[in-house]
Amino acid sequence: MTIDIRTATIQPRRQTYANVARRIGADKPASRYEESMFDMQATGEFHYRPTWAPEYELFDARRTVIVLDDWHVLRDPRQFYYGTYTITRSRMMEASEKAFAYAERRGSLSAVSDQWTELARHYLLPLRHYEWGANMNNCNITDIGFGSAITQAAMFATMDRLGIAQIVSRIGLLMDGGTGTSLTAAKQDWLEHPSWQGLRRAMEDLFVEPDWFQVFVAQNFALDGILYPLVYRAFDDEGQKQGGGAISPLTEFMLDWFDETSRWVDAVMAAAAKESEANALHLSDWAASWTARARQALEPLATEVLHDREGEVLDGIVDDLAARCRKIGLRA
Amino acid sequence: MNAMPPLKQRKLSLKERYSHLTRGLGWETTYQPMDKVFPYVSYEGIKIHDWEAWEDPFRLTMDAYWKYQAEKERKLYAVIESFAQNNGHLNITDARYVNALKLFLTGVSPLEYSAHRGYAHVGRHFVGAGPRIACQMQAIDELRHAQTQMHTMSHYNKFFDGLHDARHMHDRVWYLSVPKSFFEDACSAGPFEFLTSISFSFEYVLTNLLFVPFMSGAAYNGDMATVTFGFSAQSDEARHMTLGLEIIKFMLEQDEGNVPIVQRWIDKWFWRGYRLLGLVSMMMDYMLPKRIMSWAEAWEMYFEQAGDALFEDLSRYGIRKPKYHEVASKEKHRLSHEVWSIFYNYTHAAAFHTWLPTEDEMKWLSAKYPDTFDKYYRPRFKCWSEMAAEGKRFYNPTLPQLCTTCQIPMGFTEPDDPTTICFRSAEYKGERYHFCSDGCKDIFCYEPEKYVQSWLPVHQIYMGNCGGAEVKDVLDWYHLNFGVDNFDYEGSPDQKLWDEWQAQKAANPV
Repeated sequence: MTIDIRTATIQPRRQTYANVARRIGADKPASRYEESMFDMQATGEFHYRPTWAPEYELFDARRTVIVLDDWHVLRDPRQFYYGTYTITRSRMMEASEKAFAYAERRGSLSAVSDQWTELARHYLLPLRHYEWGANMNNCNITDIGFGSAITQAAMFATMDRLGIAQIVSRIGLLMDGGTGTSLTAAKQDWLEHPSWQGLRRAMEDLFVEPDWFQVFVAQNFALDGILYPLVYRAFDDEGQKQGGGAISPLTEFMLDWFDETSRWVDAVMAAAAKESEANALHLSDWAASWTARARQALEPLATEVLHDREGEVLDGIVDDLAARCRKIGLRA
Repeated sequence: MNAMPPLKQRKLSLKERYSHLTRGLGWETTYQPMDKVFPYVSYEGIKIHDWEAWEDPFRLTMDAYWKYQAEKERKLYAVIESFAQNNGHLNITDARYVNALKLFLTGVSPLEYSAHRGYAHVGRHFVGAGPRIACQMQAIDELRHAQTQMHTMSHYNKFFDGLHDARHMHDRVWYLSVPKSFFEDACSAGPFEFLTSISFSFEYVLTNLLFVPFMSGAAYNGDMATVTFGFSAQSDEARHMTLGLEIIKFMLEQDEGNVPIVQRWIDKWFWRGYRLLGLVSMMMDYMLPKRIMSWAEAWEMYFEQAGDALFEDLSRYGIRKPKYHEVASKEKHRLSHEVWSIFYNYTHAAAFHTWLPTEDEMKWLSAKYPDTFDKYYRPRFKCWSEMAAEGKRFYNPTLPQLCTTCQIPMGFTEPDDPTTICFRSAEYKGERYHFCSDGCKDIFCYEPEKYVQSWLPVHQIYMGNCGGAEVKDVLDWYHLNFGVDNFDYEGSPDQKLWDEWQAQKAANPV
């Protein structure tokens, strides 16, 4: 049986906005992603040069060496617009909140061995500063990137990194009984501990890198591409063996986030590489040099946590990253 | 080693906890010098001695942000969907109302997007992590507004003309260079001026005269989709306003030397914003079939009264009311009439329809503007209406002279004489530049090197940069559908369809 509600039908005069129709090839129903993403940024008829960068227009494609005929090829396979973005993150956060509530109620972190707790404070909590740096780098892409496709997704990534920095910080607050001592200590590690200096230096160098596409590759592909599997998978696996399993549910968010966000990162790089040999060359160079730098930066931490397995684990992660490179048309 | 904290450590207060979760994330860079990492915070002359003195205007962590905003989005999209499913556009007061939406989508929504990028710029470049986070949240909120407006208007675009290519039009169409140049002026300024212009002058001082009239207009005219958007954005706007007030106080408290700089920005952005509001004044007095209040009443309530209280409060820092506020008050009884007249003149080149007010509407205008309407504007409308009746509808065939600063055609009158057009001019490097007012002239003269760059639509047409020499070529270049999007409402496809729908509705009274 079907039921049939009769309504007055009024023929629409057009199906979507004209700019969207031009981009999808015909006046046909378009997705919400398409209607709210395409052509949002001005590309011409600018009035004044920015006083903070008078050599460029307010939005200027020349702020990277990557050249694209149409910047809207840098589409987000997740098709995030603000609504779907916030709804997705709030769902992920609901699961995290349960994990935090459980850990708090059951005091489950006190079951973690002292030794592992100490190590976790050292390898995990300073990452809140790394995340804040990643927030700055993605905010920079949102600022000077070109075209609404890449910049809006970078905006979401910007807020993601603040969110993750706050999750990491909350783990610290759980560990230190809400006093903040663990966070102060973590900052000290970030600023002074030799194991962290390679990573901090890489981040600060990225803060002053003028080419935003290079920042994208360095941060979102290379650094994250090594750090996330290393910390949230390999270190976490090690923790499971050493009585640190209670921490895992609190970092679930990061694993899900990384898998989801890597799809976006790969799609962006693949689309840019596909356009020209020159683009592919730049991207390959950046991916290679920043992967090497990321590995080097993270080696001391990996040794502290994984001991003699450090080389083997990092080799595996670097191999995975090289496979990602080849899949998206880069040489690796 | 013991993982438990030593006993003497006390738990953090909420404020301290928030501080750890936000500004505690930042650090002083050492591998790269701070002034290279944050290169834009000093060139405007604003001195900040202690970024830690920044008081967070609201405390919102990302978990809570995602949660609240997702809830609002779920509700908003449920309404947008039901509006589309039930042909909600049939319930508006009159199809003339949609022209206010056309003005909004082509004139205001692109500004929301620009704000998103502008706040991202400051969100990256302020030194203090606290204010940076507040700016980032506004950056993503503004993206929200731009996107939800596209989605809210999407249904209208399916049934009405003039909404089909908003961004393209915003960048090219002559009167849309008014909002475009306004915002690009702000975005091309340094981070402190940007916040003064948008967060303070625009969001805090003038939002009740920009955003609110459109949303109230939607409520009064049966536009459930747009008003739902308005309600949904309200809590975001409240956050944005608190940021506006905080940034001003922060600058003023940090260094006495900041006071004159901030005062100059307040003067500039008040006038810049006020000129932009000319478009809103005409929307309120002429374009809403069901009116909320008159422009003059809105100006009195939201600027004269609310502004008095605000500037009284700021006077302890040495800040006075914005320069030329008294001119704006003198103009309040004529602004909307003058602007609507400009559009009536150039209706053939506009992406929305115009009309002459009906007799009832003129009665309302007479009542709201007892000193000016019958004296100056009713006779004008009467003349135009007679000309139209004789088949000689008045069009202005020549392109108007534009004010170099606000880019509005030079149709405003002398502050003390509503019958004389106000002309001002200034010379810079051997060229003469024209202005609609002392306010606009002052702005130019302080920063001529900026305003000589203005992309003035009329000049661009004459230079051959806008598709061709004929009006129709230019309109093509605007993506304006000739004979469809432009001209009077009377006789437009919008009107024809609306009348058909109304007839259908009358035939099926359910």
